Amino acid sequence: MTATQPGMLDLDPAVIARARDLAAKVGEPIVELTKQHTTVSVERAMLRLGGLEGADADGTPWVNLLLDSVRGDVGLEHGVALPVWDALLRGEAEDLTTLAQKASAGSVRFRLPEGPGAKDAARASHAQVATGVRRMDQRRVEREQLIRDVGDAPRKPWIYLIVATGDIHEDIPQAQAAAREGADVIAVIRSTGQSLLDYVPEGATREGFAGTYATQENFRLMRAALDETSRELGRYIRLTNYASGLCMPEIAALAGMERLDMMLNDSMYGILFRDINPVRTFVDQRLSRQIHARAGIIINTGEDNYLTTADAVEAANTVTTSQLLNEFFAKEAGLDDWQLGLGHAFEIDPDVPDSFRLELAHAMLARTLFPDAPLKWMPPTRHMTGDVFRGYLLDGFFNLIGAMTGQGILLVGMMTEAVVTPWLSDRDLALQNVRYVMNAAGNLHEDFRPAPDGFIATRAKQVLGESIDLLEKIVDHAPSNSGAGLLDAIADGTFGLMKRPADSGRGLDGVAKKSDSYYNPASELLEEK
Amino acid sequence: MSEFEPGRLIRPYGDTTGDGMVQISFTLPMPHSKVAEGAAEQLANKMGMEPALVAHAKPMGPDFTFFVVYGRVNHLVDPSKVEVVERDYPLLTPKEVNASVKETLRRRMVVVGGCIGTDAHTVGIDAIMNIKGFAGEKGLEYYRELKVVNLGAQVSVPQLVDRARAESADAVLVSQVVTQRDAHILNTREMSAAFRESYPAAKRPVLVVGGPRFDEKMAGELGVDRVFSRGTTPGEVASFLVHRILNRPENRTQPKQAAS
Repeated sequence: MTATQPGMLDLDPAVIARARDLAAKVGEPIVELTKQHTTVSVERAMLRLGGLEGADADGTPWVNLLLDSVRGDVGLEHGVALPVWDALLRGEAEDLTTLAQKASAGSVRFRLPEGPGAKDAARASHAQVATGVRRMDQRRVEREQLIRDVGDAPRKPWIYLIVATGDIHEDIPQAQAAAREGADVIAVIRSTGQSLLDYVPEGATREGFAGTYATQENFRLMRAALDETSRELGRYIRLTNYASGLCMPEIAALAGMERLDMMLNDSMYGILFRDINPVRTFVDQRLSRQIHARAGIIINTGEDNYLTTADAVEAANTVTTSQLLNEFFAKEAGLDDWQLGLGHAFEIDPDVPDSFRLELAHAMLARTLFPDAPLKWMPPTRHMTGDVFRGYLLDGFFNLIGAMTGQGILLVGMMTEAVVTPWLSDRDLALQNVRYVMNAAGNLHEDFRPAPDGFIATRAKQVLGESIDLLEKIVDHAPSNSGAGLLDAIADGTFGLMKRPADSGRGLDGVAKKSDSYYNPASELLEEK
Repeated sequence: MSEFEPGRLIRPYGDTTGDGMVQISFTLPMPHSKVAEGAAEQLANKMGMEPALVAHAKPMGPDFTFFVVYGRVNHLVDPSKVEVVERDYPLLTPKEVNASVKETLRRRMVVVGGCIGTDAHTVGIDAIMNIKGFAGEKGLEYYRELKVVNLGAQVSVPQLVDRARAESADAVLVSQVVTQRDAHILNTREMSAAFRESYPAAKRPVLVVGGPRFDEKMAGELGVDRVFSRGTTPGEVASFLVHRILNRPENRTQPKQAAS
């Protein structure tokens, strides 16, 4: 930690180490659990890396149809790679798409190959899925090359702006305009409800609710448009989407193959806020993060969401706890520090005395705990009341903390939050706000050292202490059938006040315990390094 | 009853009574120039601002200009002719709500809620139902005499009706935040129609819909008993439910001397 690194607090390294140890203790049983299970989305992600694209006339993706057929014949517990490539080797079809078509017409029977047949199928699937992994590798090299050629974002934090029209062909000009206005990162908000679809829609889409569907074609179209704009502006514009919900690993694979740069990907968000089954979420999350690690994608975690339902002062420790858990799961899956856009947010009620000092303490705590992670700083939403003038001031204070604590990614706050989807003028005013603060106070951290026993340092220590208490409570959670304290803690409402038992929630029927003959070439490829 | 006497007209207030001063901001799709500023003034004039002062004009990219305009309007407002939905039920504390339910229903009042359609924004329903509550008031879960079933987001209308039946719900709360293509209106009508179809009129649970963009005057049109808009607190909802449900004929308290 160099002296010039902004926003650092003097915290006891032993206490920080203790917090990380506890996070590992909480996370390890979950990792064990994920290794013992597979899900429909994990298997479909493997098929997508194997090159299976497209959908039938009703829009049902071939990966879903093929998976359902295989599952119907031999179950999910062995993984679908062996039965699928066994069928190909038996000459049932010349390629995956034809096989999927025949399977959905009911003219193929799948079996679980044994002995040499199993070896052959494993080898063939490994070779084909490796082409998808190589495609992600090429995309990563291509990104690095483009950044070298056209230039990178000129400064940090990267300015993150959102587009959300529902129509990819409207999103594109809006995204290009936002980039010209100064955005370094464009996020295309997904259509409301996509997280609960157990398939990834196909093709270019023009209809969405409060957002645009994440599809492979939409990814490709937007990335191509932003490449054009990157060349025009002389800086690489990053593209963000969401690997969350029921199709986490599939969307991660599509993002890797279409060179998206950042993905929202939280370890617990789907469980808590979308009532997705906890086991499903953790299993899906692990493969999605292995894919992101390989593809050089930066993940953005969702801690800001806790503060939209719980009080930002009382629940500050749940943010820190979740950041520590997200870090543990991310590193276990192979992500590096530079890929950890750990989330936090400016959501304390502005009527609380010293609210700014509290926000600053929380932001400095995150910065100090994760000095090498590009933290993602989220603007106020909960206390944006429709008073746009007051909102503009709040956003200014939010930006000031962003400047003082060296945030990596700054989601630009809109004064019209809670009123309208941002207008052209809202974005322009918001960017003026950011520029003014960065220009006026961007180097303030050089002079700013909170008093060692002052309000800010004390508050940060208190939140870290409460996080350690919470992690201890999770580790010691009364043993139950689930075998993991974290699952029990989630079940009884420790995070965000929502109770999510491990044996319920959406997508549970898509989870299976692996058999001894389970094989998945994607996991194998992503785990060898 | 309006507290405003009829015929007492008012104007916007800048710094002097009757000056009629207002401020607006907008964007015109044209490059910044003297003509653009003139166009902004023309728009303000057409909106009834006379004289209008273009206080600020700033180019936003090559094709747009943003304006802030101050000016005087000559319109008059008659507060006695404004129509709003005033609260027509007494506001009760949680303790009073619990006491009335206990005394009148002699069982817990059952409230089922959720967000219907594709709407995934549970912030509204959670603010009302979760124990955490909203604006310093605890949510309905906090009320001992209420049994609260929060179904969360993206509940289908048939699911909602089934659950209301299974729980013998006294009231159903629906929150709608997403308003794209009037989704909130369409979803609410579908919901109220489904409840009318599957319940005899007298047995139907009280239907309440809420969300930031609803017009509180639309209850009749939407087929619900009450519409709550932005800023509604759990206490208001609880008080309304007590008022409406305990006043149903079958729930009216029997006179004490008649009780055996």
